[in-house]
Amino acid sequence: MGTGGELAAVVGVGMTKFSATRGDVSMPGLVREAAQRALEDAGMQWDDIDAVVMGKAPDFFEGVMMPEIFLSEALGCVGKPMLRVHTAGSVGGSTALVAASLVHSGVHERVLTVAWEKQSESNAMWALSLKQPFQVSINAGAGGYFSPIIRQYMEVTQAPELIGCMVAFKDRQHALLNPYAHLHQPDLTFDQVVESPMLWEPIRYSETCPSSDGAAAMVIVNEAEADKAENPAWIHAGAMRSEANNFPGRDEVNPLASRECAADLWKQAGITNPREEIDVVEMYVPFSWYEPMWLESLGFCERGDGWKLVESGVTHIEGGDLPVNCSGGVLSSNPIGASGMIRFAEAALQVRGMAGDHQVTGAKKAMGHAYGGGAQYFAMWVVGQDKPAA
Amino acid sequence: MRKVAIVAAASRQEEKMLDTEVEMMIPLISEVKAKTGLDQTEIGFTCSGSSDFLAGQAFSFVMTLDAVGPVPPISESHVEMDGAWALYETWVKFQMGIIDTALVYSYGKPSPGSLQDVLSTQLDPYYVAPLWPDAHAVAGLQARTLLEQGIINVDQLADCAVRAGTVESREEYFSQPMLSDPLRKADCPTYADGGVAMILAAEGKAEELCEKPAWITGIDHRIDVHHFGVRDFTTVPSARIAAEKAGVHDGPIDIAELHAAYTTHDLLLRKEMGLPETPNHSQRSYPIKADTLMASGLLRIAEAARAIWEGDANRALAHATAGPLLQQNLICVLSGEDT
Repeated sequence: MGTGGELAAVVGVGMTKFSATRGDVSMPGLVREAAQRALEDAGMQWDDIDAVVMGKAPDFFEGVMMPEIFLSEALGCVGKPMLRVHTAGSVGGSTALVAASLVHSGVHERVLTVAWEKQSESNAMWALSLKQPFQVSINAGAGGYFSPIIRQYMEVTQAPELIGCMVAFKDRQHALLNPYAHLHQPDLTFDQVVESPMLWEPIRYSETCPSSDGAAAMVIVNEAEADKAENPAWIHAGAMRSEANNFPGRDEVNPLASRECAADLWKQAGITNPREEIDVVEMYVPFSWYEPMWLESLGFCERGDGWKLVESGVTHIEGGDLPVNCSGGVLSSNPIGASGMIRFAEAALQVRGMAGDHQVTGAKKAMGHAYGGGAQYFAMWVVGQDKPAA
Repeated sequence: MRKVAIVAAASRQEEKMLDTEVEMMIPLISEVKAKTGLDQTEIGFTCSGSSDFLAGQAFSFVMTLDAVGPVPPISESHVEMDGAWALYETWVKFQMGIIDTALVYSYGKPSPGSLQDVLSTQLDPYYVAPLWPDAHAVAGLQARTLLEQGIINVDQLADCAVRAGTVESREEYFSQPMLSDPLRKADCPTYADGGVAMILAAEGKAEELCEKPAWITGIDHRIDVHHFGVRDFTTVPSARIAAEKAGVHDGPIDIAELHAAYTTHDLLLRKEMGLPETPNHSQRSYPIKADTLMASGLLRIAEAARAIWEGDANRALAHATAGPLLQQNLICVLSGEDT
């Protein structure tokens, strides 16, 4: 079982402060900030790194074609192998998995992986709306794309109308515990979330993610290196799946690719009851309703029960037995290309006991999750405090 | 390292293609599936390479995934790089021992835009890109440095152009006007639309799928500095290191498929890797004559594999490059011998 090949673990995590505009740093400065923090956490120097794997979402977000090319010095890559991953919104997670594969395969011993986005350099709505011949333009951004799918979920499960608001309010409360989070709204009330403008029925303004600048980085090493570390996060499982955007019978609410990816993940990790065996989840929730939807899809509960977990407070860091997005999640910080890696990195921080004020006490196994495209690209991992069972 | 081979490839290049990326890739992917008899569910991993800046659309590869027909869902990844790096990511997956077969593809369709100008958006966005130096201008700067330092001479450029087939003789070369002084038209790439698909398989499976698998005996890639102020235009350290790590010098190289879009790049690469200045095997797809950004590197690997399958080489080198002036390089050594 497991990931195949050699054991690998996260021994360094670094993140930048996320905000609407990081005008104080250039693109190299931004990636360097996260990478430097990951190296310091790992107790390593730039020279200790064998290879670098970089990920980010569309190049149009900054207007630089293949920006990894000009970031080679900033990321300490000169003379080393460098890969650039791009798998839509799931890219941050996929990037971490590609970095892990370089270690699992035995090709490298110490790999640095960085994912980032500096959305303030460009305009995401423009970047996502370039007109193409023979293609229907949604002209409504990602929210416009996902709102009908959410309406379908509400219709099928008969979920109460304010579940989404509960998720959004919870994640914004969690964000107050994370100094790096973009949105810090200490005075926000639940009523304010409910009363915020309706953008794409049923998605309100406060139920959507912000547009952020930011970067996340991790140092992933092999078993011999990880054994030297104080508190490595061992990688128990990693899986990626993709499916077509459109085909007859496609379940857009609960995509087959998501279910199959999760099934592969739990199998690799030797997990038969995710709800019992996973202590904390960092899930890709750019629109509030995706929390109950993914809880069901990932097998944390039966279909139709996701909203009940939300309603009963199961996913809240205070009192919940399955806390979700203790960092504040994508709803509180969304440097798109980095958002998946932040989920993976936060999962690692939790099992290392290094999540600070948003630490879940005694977290031993955590899941990191990311999705992208029209809910058709998936990347997931499970990390644990203990080495995976042989 | 686990033994992995290229067992099938299909490619297409045209100066201006009217088909969309999906229409271009469907027949190529179908062809490699047919050649190996594998259907979608028998392929363990799929990986591709492309650039949004060529398609003029964010997440353009999501559309192209339709060419694969990922129903039921597949284990899949994508690099915003030449397909040669998609092949590398795939090779790593094989080394994890979790797959026995894989599909790798990449494509580029530069014809709707002006690639020369698009490529200037790849340069440092703070200090260089705002000047909009196009690809030929940057190559001209490098060529000037090489000539002035006496590292190459104009006769070598002319001979290289003859080898590449962009002119028939030295006389014809010297009769051409300068395009980006000191480079003439014959020194510079003609861009082409195109794509390539291939199937890889691990030892045990490869022999079932192909009469003479093209075994990957070494593969490595490296990147150099970017900033022109600190870069030495006259050397390509990344290609030299990658060649050493890929084991280029462990035996004779019968055929070298170089992703050289300029004559200067052809000469520099041969110098860094100690290769003789011999004619190219696959003249038609040689990048100076037909450069398909994002696919040229993977196409070089496909051409090297073809040379092995067809018995033209026992040991072949394939090279891919990315970034301005050979900044990033990948070397793959293929062998027909089951060593």
